[in-house]
Amino acid sequence: MLATLLGRKIGMTRVYDETGRNIPVTVIQASPNHVSQVKTSDRDGYNAIQLAFEQVKPRRSTIPMIGHDARAGLTPRRWHREVRLGAEEVSEYELGQELAVDIFEQVKFVDVIATSKGKGYAGGVKRWGFKGQPASHGVERKHRSAGSVGGRSSNAGTGRPKKGGKKAGQMGSVRHTVRSLELVRHDQEENLLIVKGPVPGPNQGFVIIREAIRLSKRKARVLAEAS
Amino acid sequence: MSQAIIQAIEQGQLKTNLPQLSVGDTVDIHVRIIEGAKERIQVFNGVIIKRQRSGICETITVRRIVANEGVERTFPLHSPRIAKIEVKHRGHTRRAKLYYLRERVGKKRRLRDRRRGLGHVLKDDPADTAKSEVVEAKSTATAKDKTDESQNEKPES
Repeated sequence: MLATLLGRKIGMTRVYDETGRNIPVTVIQASPNHVSQVKTSDRDGYNAIQLAFEQVKPRRSTIPMIGHDARAGLTPRRWHREVRLGAEEVSEYELGQELAVDIFEQVKFVDVIATSKGKGYAGGVKRWGFKGQPASHGVERKHRSAGSVGGRSSNAGTGRPKKGGKKAGQMGSVRHTVRSLELVRHDQEENLLIVKGPVPGPNQGFVIIREAIRLSKRKARVLAEAS
Repeated sequence: MSQAIIQAIEQGQLKTNLPQLSVGDTVDIHVRIIEGAKERIQVFNGVIIKRQRSGICETITVRRIVANEGVERTFPLHSPRIAKIEVKHRGHTRRAKLYYLRERVGKKRRLRDRRRGLGHVLKDDPADTAKSEVVEAKSTATAKDKTDESQNEKPES
């Protein structure tokens, strides 16, 4: 299985590595996750385990979820997420099993999945990096408008604009995956994973962290040299 | 709670043995340079013209004149590449950032000796002891007075 854990984004800082390189990092806390459900293709149609993370007061949970957690021998948990697995791998896991940061011990690069910070209803300049219109030369009250959405020919002669164009709209608050971040350090005592660079979402936000599924050539080479 | 975690990570990397530095000081900065497998130390000597306090990322900018050309280098204080910092001379300044030194030529680049407000630094700083023994004597005297007072106060409280 690809190492996967649920965690909380703690915040950003910088660390120095042994060569004196100053690296911007995000700290993620993944206090032990537990297996709250094992799904098999016989019973559920597919193979997966469900991870549960962070204790929560029973009154913050619901009766059905409390029962669900209790079946795995757990107190109520705040977050539950499934991880798809192969048929043989599922048998390695049992209800209530603990998964901690040490499963990332051999991992060099990780993907981090989280919901980005919401920016509200944003215009084309902020949302897509449009340049807007000039400040002068006759431009009036349209300095941040998106400009033309195409003519008759560029819209395939339909007489109406193409669908899916870059326009103003809701920005952020979307599930994002940041791929192949370097795993700089992991601290098993404090259950911390320290990854290079930024991660979507606010501090204290919920994140999913997993072993990178695909690497760029450069990172793949780094990995090959290390092993 | 989360701030405490970040602090704990930073605390482990902060240097505790840095000398008391301030803008206007002339310093020797010993930088570790790694060339292949070898490591050697290079010394950069100059005047601190600015200090940007930022915890783990704190930096100082040091200016010196090389072959009649001004050279400024910025060093992260807590970096392991900085082997040692020696204070050679303490200069008197009335600015936090000494950008005006860039326009100065010749003798005008020099800064006056700093004499005021150094009592707390000087005890363990051999570079300055000779210059201002008077200040040191004064500061120890005041320190003594204080301890006497505190002893007097104790029984009352």
